[in-house]
Amino acid sequence: MNKLDTSKIKADFNVLNNNPDLVYLDSAASSLKPISVVNKLVEYYNEYGVNIHRGVYNLSYRASEEYDETRKIVAKFINSKKNEVVFTKGTTEALNLVATSYGNLIINEGDEILTTELEHHSSLLPWQIVATNKKATLTYVDLDDEGRITVDEFKKVINEKTKVVVITYVSNVMGYVTPIKEIIDIAHSYNAIVVLDAAQAAPHMPIDVKELDVDFLAFSGHKMLGPTGLGVLYGKYKLLQEMPPMLYGGDMNDYVDLFESTTKDAPEKFEGGTQPIAEVIAFKEAIKYLDNLGMENIKAHDEELSKALIGGLSKIENVVVYNKTATTGIACFNVKGVHPHDIASALEEKNVAVRAGHHCAQLIHCWLGENGTLRASTYIYNNLEDIEKFLDAVKYAVEFFKGWS
Amino acid sequence: MNNINDLYRQVIMEHFKSPRNKGLVEDTGYKKLRLKNPSCGDDITIQVKLENNVLKDIKHEGSGCAICCSSASVMSEVLKNKEVTEANDIINDFYELIKGNDVKDEEALDEAIAYAGIAKFPARVKCATLSWKVVGAILNNKEGELEDE
Repeated sequence: MNKLDTSKIKADFNVLNNNPDLVYLDSAASSLKPISVVNKLVEYYNEYGVNIHRGVYNLSYRASEEYDETRKIVAKFINSKKNEVVFTKGTTEALNLVATSYGNLIINEGDEILTTELEHHSSLLPWQIVATNKKATLTYVDLDDEGRITVDEFKKVINEKTKVVVITYVSNVMGYVTPIKEIIDIAHSYNAIVVLDAAQAAPHMPIDVKELDVDFLAFSGHKMLGPTGLGVLYGKYKLLQEMPPMLYGGDMNDYVDLFESTTKDAPEKFEGGTQPIAEVIAFKEAIKYLDNLGMENIKAHDEELSKALIGGLSKIENVVVYNKTATTGIACFNVKGVHPHDIASALEEKNVAVRAGHHCAQLIHCWLGENGTLRASTYIYNNLEDIEKFLDAVKYAVEFFKGWS
Repeated sequence: MNNINDLYRQVIMEHFKSPRNKGLVEDTGYKKLRLKNPSCGDDITIQVKLENNVLKDIKHEGSGCAICCSSASVMSEVLKNKEVTEANDIINDFYELIKGNDVKDEEALDEAIAYAGIAKFPARVKCATLSWKVVGAILNNKEGELEDE
């Protein structure tokens, strides 16, 4: 077994304590939250639950300090500067902010936006709108036979007209890791910027934005032990400074005149209105929890569980696994002739929670030729025993629906 | 605990494997309505032939999970040859049934009673009710494409 002590970890999660029979394999949708994160939310509301950056009194000062500390901790977690971390409602808002603000600034008629069929809708859709409005072209990198993004295929489509590369770090359906470092270097050699959807990457592996030299990177708190309603946009400071805000209002402005006003610098200019203060404050506890375990250890844990998960599924009769070589704890599969929702209900009978459907990524399902799939996804609290229970439940489901097709 | 057997009853499997009244007809005497649920891929079209306030014929076509597809078949059998007011009562009773509530006329529900097990799987209620919603909307004079709620 690897370095994660899963029985100790499981005890830190009250959803597991309150549902002792639950085999939770839907962390790619949202992870469970440890007690320390929940307690921090309660601490804010009970002890200093007031607004930040406004009141000149001690409680407000404390809330502001707690809020700002999370920004420092997030910056350290991804190796960025503090003022390159923008808090958003989630990955979706972060990616929309880049497309709406930066995309509209730099995309002109005839430009190309490069993307892939592996994208989550939140990565793809904002740029479809930019492309349509600006009469720019949305170009897709061909996937290889396994459904992976490769450097070779990327090289075939990038060209002088490419202004932006919109791409996923880890696919939320297939669980593949994109060879992103090489792709970023190639993109930069064409003067294109890279917008990286790291929603599935940030919970599962160390991220170093300086080493990647990525231009924008987005992820969500709730997929990595943090509260819902909170995400992060990392952007190179120079780019953030060039971008106009998406929301105008309180706290993001400097001087307000009758007919025009000035805005603060990044990141504050993107955080208009009262922020999800409790969520930001509690998010640092999630990062501390992950840092304690060590992102390298988490990555190794994922790899071990992936092998058991995908290896086990591949041995079950009538099960089709679509991502046999994935390593990030995601298994994408179907039972031949049975709709994924029917299988999911049979798994539910055995207290196994998985996702069934298209997982907000219809393009890759079209590529697979399936309306929907089943997705089992692991995280730090899952162990080999969970995988065994899951595999037994799948066998049960396959047996149950044998007469149906 | 064996809720799954309550959900996937024999009668549901039979209707899934050998659906009754499946396939649309080219006949302007039928009212036609389609409902798609992109979030799960279900896509159902229902045709109803009304004569003197009676549902003389019901046809269905589409794709989806076993609960959704079988339910369209069962619905077509249960509501065929019923008067509109009678059919509306049965549709409402079906909604009560799958919520685990008492129904007014168990006998009229006929084979649809097999879906009582859905009450234990709230996430699947939508699958079971899709075709019933479409036929209900047709009886409310809707045609073309129905907006998902």
